[in-house]
Amino acid sequence: MEDIIAETHAKRIPCRGRQISFLASILGETFAPFPPSISPFLPCTVPSSNNNYTSYASCDNLGDFTRHVREIAKERGDPRMAIVLERSERLRDCDANILPVLCRLQELTQDVNIVVILCSTLPVDKFRASTGFMEPIAFHFPQYTKDELVRILVTRRVTDYSEEFYTNYVNLVLSVFYHATKSLPELKHLVQLNFKVYCEPIEKGEATDTDIKKLWRNIEPHLKKAMSSVYLREVSSSQFERMQSLVSESTTSGDLPQLQPQMKLTGTTKIELPFYSKFLLISAYLASYNPARTDRRFFMKHHGKQRKTQAMIKAKERSSNQLVGPKPFPLERLMAIFYSIIEDKVSPTANVFSQISTLVTLRLVTQIGGEDQLDAPKYKCAVPLDFIRGIARTVGFDIVRYLYDYA
Amino acid sequence: MGLKRQEVCDPEMLKEVQKQLRLNLRLWGTTPDAAKMLLSTYSSQAKHLEELMTRTLKLGESNSALILAARGVGKSALVNIILENLASSGTLGEGVVVRLSGLLQTDDRLALKEITCQLRLENATANKVFGSFAENLAFLLESLRSGSKETSKPVIFLLDEFDLFCHHHNQTLLYNLFDVAQSAQAPICVIGLTCRLDVIELLEKRVKSRFSHRQIHLFSEEKFEPQYVNTIKLLLSLPETFLHKSFVKTWNAQIDDLMKADDVLRVTKRLYDTTHDIRALKTLLLLCVSQLNADRPKLTPDMFTAAQPIMRAEAKTNMLQGLSILQLCLIIAMKHLTMIYEGEPFNFEMVFHEYLKFSQRKSTMQSFERPVVFKAFDQLKCLELVRPVDNTRGIQREYQLVQMMITPLQVMDSLNQLPGIPTDVQQWATCSFA
Ligand SMILES: Nc1ncnc2c1ncn2[C@@H]1O[C@H](COP(=O)(O)OP(=O)(O)OP(=O)(O)O)[C@@H](O)[C@H]1O
Ligand SMILES: [Mg+2]
Repeated sequence: MEDIIAETHAKRIPCRGRQISFLASILGETFAPFPPSISPFLPCTVPSSNNNYTSYASCDNLGDFTRHVREIAKERGDPRMAIVLERSERLRDCDANILPVLCRLQELTQDVNIVVILCSTLPVDKFRASTGFMEPIAFHFPQYTKDELVRILVTRRVTDYSEEFYTNYVNLVLSVFYHATKSLPELKHLVQLNFKVYCEPIEKGEATDTDIKKLWRNIEPHLKKAMSSVYLREVSSSQFERMQSLVSESTTSGDLPQLQPQMKLTGTTKIELPFYSKFLLISAYLASYNPARTDRRFFMKHHGKQRKTQAMIKAKERSSNQLVGPKPFPLERLMAIFYSIIEDKVSPTANVFSQISTLVTLRLVTQIGGEDQLDAPKYKCAVPLDFIRGIARTVGFDIVRYLYDYA
Repeated sequence: MGLKRQEVCDPEMLKEVQKQLRLNLRLWGTTPDAAKMLLSTYSSQAKHLEELMTRTLKLGESNSALILAARGVGKSALVNIILENLASSGTLGEGVVVRLSGLLQTDDRLALKEITCQLRLENATANKVFGSFAENLAFLLESLRSGSKETSKPVIFLLDEFDLFCHHHNQTLLYNLFDVAQSAQAPICVIGLTCRLDVIELLEKRVKSRFSHRQIHLFSEEKFEPQYVNTIKLLLSLPETFLHKSFVKTWNAQIDDLMKADDVLRVTKRLYDTTHDIRALKTLLLLCVSQLNADRPKLTPDMFTAAQPIMRAEAKTNMLQGLSILQLCLIIAMKHLTMIYEGEPFNFEMVFHEYLKFSQRKSTMQSFERPVVFKAFDQLKCLELVRPVDNTRGIQREYQLVQMMITPLQVMDSLNQLPGIPTDVQQWATCSFA
């Protein structure tokens, strides 16, 4: 019986034969009592069961819950039942008694033949904290190997192209992404998304399905793009597809035009800021990442020369400001830097202070303290270097020259 | 021998054997044979408990007691066996058993609701409003009086995970139950079960003074041999009542032989040394029994050696096995940071910096852009291989201080076991200067 179950499932879920037969043997024969709880620990991939759970009753405490379970069992003539909980590590954030109760459900329902299957990407020792937790039978679903991934991705293909052709393609995708991620859902998505582009030269009659080199040259830049866009969820898959089709429509010579600038985002969304706000933000960045004692050097016209020794460079490396993150600064320091870098161009109508609070609202700058009168607020710049360099470029300010870590 | 094998190979028979063994190995409930064994192991405690309950049931006396013992050594089982015996001997009679668990009834309002429900008094209380908890409880107990004032149904209260009830507001339930018991307002017997040996310390003064201070400890004098081994034999044996009577002797003799094998003794002794929880033993044995099939119809020592690693899987190595090369690189970078900063927390920027130093020096590894590396780092956080040390809001995630949840030694151990790691990554992991 359990062998049959194992066999039929092994076809549906490839490369999990061992795990399936283990589960089948643990759960045992149709009439045997279930073990109370099992915790398969599955990194990233979950063979899920799709039951149509309709709600039987609602209950707001676990006492009622166990009573309902008991009633269901009685109504249905005491069948074997199973509760499967995906992402069960989230239960740790609920009331402390939930996990222990689930683990002891057989005892607490007074012998209803029920098994609770906790699926999680975390190992059992991350669950242990609460009183009354009962050790479930834990077993590990190992991550798929590269060969297994290829096999699964190829079996799941929906295309008229040959298996060999598709296998080649999958291998190409993996050659770009496998070092970054082993996650099947992630890779499956990327494989599906790029296949059309891969086949395009063939559809257009520019290549045959044996021109692997040509096809590779065509797809490689797309895959690299996908790494910094779809994979990072910076554009949605449909956006990405639209971009790809735009690109391929305009491709004539074979080299790729730049993507539309508003689609090519790097890490942070682009924001249009008023002129002075840009300088304020730059000042905030400098104040956050430069030691205050170096302000003289950077922002005074005549500060005298300073020679760098090897030891100073070493010391700098160790406590690099770029590594430890922004430090808080008072408003006066911000204003001092602001006026020195803007070089007398401030019009008296500019409301500098309200622009600072706008930056805080936009979360480009964070405010620390200052809720009461006695305690003057401090600020911290909250944008990364790439972002501030972009901003500085738009106002023709060479920010790197003013950064302690780089100057 | 040939005959025996034939008997086992019969698939129908094997099915029955498996079913019986799985019954033996259920974590809850106790087979009649195991019950006998439990009663003899804890004979004096059993006698004491039985007497207490009998006095409540027969003589209308009130009592309270606590059963204290480690997890999984038979507290619940013992109480249940005794109650079953009392029921079958007719002593329980009209008496009612109310079972509460600190895990389910997390406050006294829920507990009271549950008591009402188990006493089947929902209708009687439906339209009533009570001034206090005590009044409500008194009403419930009053309702159990039948006819004459003197004959009231006795109630046995079982409070599992008793220590959790001590955390309820004002310990109202405990106070009232002990108060009823002490002042003999109604015939009740309150029995608490807990694994916290210091539970008395958790009781408030007014509650403590009403408790009878009867504590029943279940220590077992069990040694590995002969007691623990006998328990194993019992759990793997077929009872006299087994369907195929002729086979019982054969099977049980095989189990006796099995328990002489070195591998079996080694595996079970190891478990015995780490825990006396019988449920852990049952789980181990279940993992062995589930390996039985038509081709291997007999329990063998290698089934024990195969079951052992499942019981104590190397979680950390398993986790690292699922990581991509990029994620492993970050783990290595963090291993270096952990050593350089002697366990002080660090942030993503520092990890990225270490990673860059490596990937720029070594050209064989594909080098990844910052956002891709950040995503990999974030996934490590989801796997709880990395944990934030402070949760100050508003701090940029790149600068949030984190700690690695595995030691440098564990990293090295795991890396050595993982196949397919590029040599330069291996070397980077081993060099003491990042
Ligand atoms: N000495 C023993 N011999 C045989 N079986 C035992 C023995 N002790 C416990 N068991 C079995 O182990 C299982 C667990 O025991 P039980 O539920 O009574 O533990 P417990 O002490 O109540 O633990 P917890 O504190 O976790 O509630 C039961 O099925 C019981 O039959
Ligand atoms: Mg118990």
